[in-house]
Amino acid sequence: MIRNLLLGGILCAIFIGAALLSFVWTPFDHAALDIPGRFQTPDAEHLLGTDHFGRDILSLLMVGARTSLAVALVAVGIGMCIGIPLGLWAAARRGSLVDEIIMRGNDLVFAFPSLVIAILITAVFGAGAINAIIAIGIFNIPVFARITRGAALSLWEREFILAARVAGKSAARISVEHILPNVTNLLIVQGTIQFSLGILAEAGLSYVGLGAQPPTPSWGRMLADAQTMVSIAPHLALMPGFAIILTVLGLNLMGDGLRDYLDPRLRVART
Amino acid sequence: MLRYTFKRILSLVISLAVASLVIFTVIEIAPGDPASFMLGINAQPETLAALRTELGLDASKVERYVTWVTGMLTGDFGTSYTYRTPVADMVAQRIWVSLPLALYALTLSTVIAFPAGIFAAARRGRAGDIGVMGATQLGVAIPNFWFAMMLVLLFAIKLRWFAAGGFVGWDKGVWAGLHSLTLPAIALALPQAAILARVMRSALLDVLGEDFMRTARAKGLTARQALWRHGLRNAMIPVLTIIGLQFSFLLAGGIIIEQVFYLPGLGRLIFQSISARDLIVVESVTMLLVFAVIFVNFCVDLAYAAVDPRLRARA
Repeated sequence: MIRNLLLGGILCAIFIGAALLSFVWTPFDHAALDIPGRFQTPDAEHLLGTDHFGRDILSLLMVGARTSLAVALVAVGIGMCIGIPLGLWAAARRGSLVDEIIMRGNDLVFAFPSLVIAILITAVFGAGAINAIIAIGIFNIPVFARITRGAALSLWEREFILAARVAGKSAARISVEHILPNVTNLLIVQGTIQFSLGILAEAGLSYVGLGAQPPTPSWGRMLADAQTMVSIAPHLALMPGFAIILTVLGLNLMGDGLRDYLDPRLRVART
Repeated sequence: MLRYTFKRILSLVISLAVASLVIFTVIEIAPGDPASFMLGINAQPETLAALRTELGLDASKVERYVTWVTGMLTGDFGTSYTYRTPVADMVAQRIWVSLPLALYALTLSTVIAFPAGIFAAARRGRAGDIGVMGATQLGVAIPNFWFAMMLVLLFAIKLRWFAAGGFVGWDKGVWAGLHSLTLPAIALALPQAAILARVMRSALLDVLGEDFMRTARAKGLTARQALWRHGLRNAMIPVLTIIGLQFSFLLAGGIIIEQVFYLPGLGRLIFQSISARDLIVVESVTMLLVFAVIFVNFCVDLAYAAVDPRLRARA
């Protein structure tokens, strides 16, 4: 489904583009207050209207995209940097005690209600973007460890790996030089999915006040502010909501599209 | 089966032990002493010391861990620092909001997802399938707390069919109670229904490709009969796993939705306790939620093994 990939790619490009563009240009200063001009509905000047302080919503969304992008990106990064080596290690020592410990540890993290623990972490160590990143990142570790191990296990049975072993390469070198490149596609696809989950999680945490702190704009925070005013100015809640939905949708579509594109076997199996 | 059950019980116990250690440690390294938080900065050192003794804060870490765990095992979850009431009583009160809410949401999610998934699988590749799959993509992408706000805007503020928040209590009658949980349940159910519908569809599609389905058709069943008699039953295993996972997720995951609707549930209890530094409540309720999740997964595993002997052999 090349259509999914294209649509997802466009949505993601808009999201990332808006976040990057906000470093050099936004339609208005996102922090500039204009109390007389508050609660403006979308028009030619303020494309998405203004909020309860008269700030331009489009500008706030663009700067907020930065927060979402940064939190989700680093959280996925943490998951990959720790999870992938663990998965490779477990697969290289399959059936051993190390493998068992890593997999049981994974099950354990999965068993924790992630949101509760994320809230616990951010609440105990203080609310803020960094702690939100850690809280989301921890739950990405088992996802990547499991998927890497699963894919690596079947690769270890293959002949080209046997050849590498006969050639005298160590398990660690085989893992890095032969296993890792062969699981990259899978990891990229999972990465986009975790990325979209990260954006949702960040929005949820900052909605309950445990994500990025004011004055840093974030989409979840904007929704929380909008909640009490939803009856007089629905666009305050609608705009950040649409931003989250379109971004998550874009990432999921891209993930689906990439999976089909990168793995022709799946394309056959699914039709 | 006995061997398998024993292994599962062992791993259940180990998981719970590790989980309790992790939660205890996180709470331990939390900055801020509950006693000084309760008394304020002007407290006399003697009063502080007395309160610390009363709360059991001056015992060693190991002693406190042992006391906490043995207490949890006997149903004593400790005493709340702020309310001075047993945590078990607070939990007992709150669980009658969180548990029905989770069950309600799960029911809604199943009622929506089953027909949608079956419909999509039966019409694979056609307009109906593409429509349902598109809707599920959207359902997964919508943050449930935003959806909750939209529901409030439409059904509470504009149409006035439901209250915008709060819980009337079960003493007003079952219907009144369910009525006030309806919007939160819908908000919680939406993403779950989307996920479940996708799982249902792909599980059915997997089964439809099996040899026994061809046999069923060959012996003269129509596609519809084969789907209902043989397809659905065999597709249930992955679907039931997801339902089990979703239940435990809903129990703990209502935390933000409970915030949106001001529902006096377990999630909100954790939240309020965190801001009041009532750490014993946070500790015990978190442990309880983790226990619920691990225990539900354990039951699902056992249920499978009872149904499918192949799983027992593999383990």
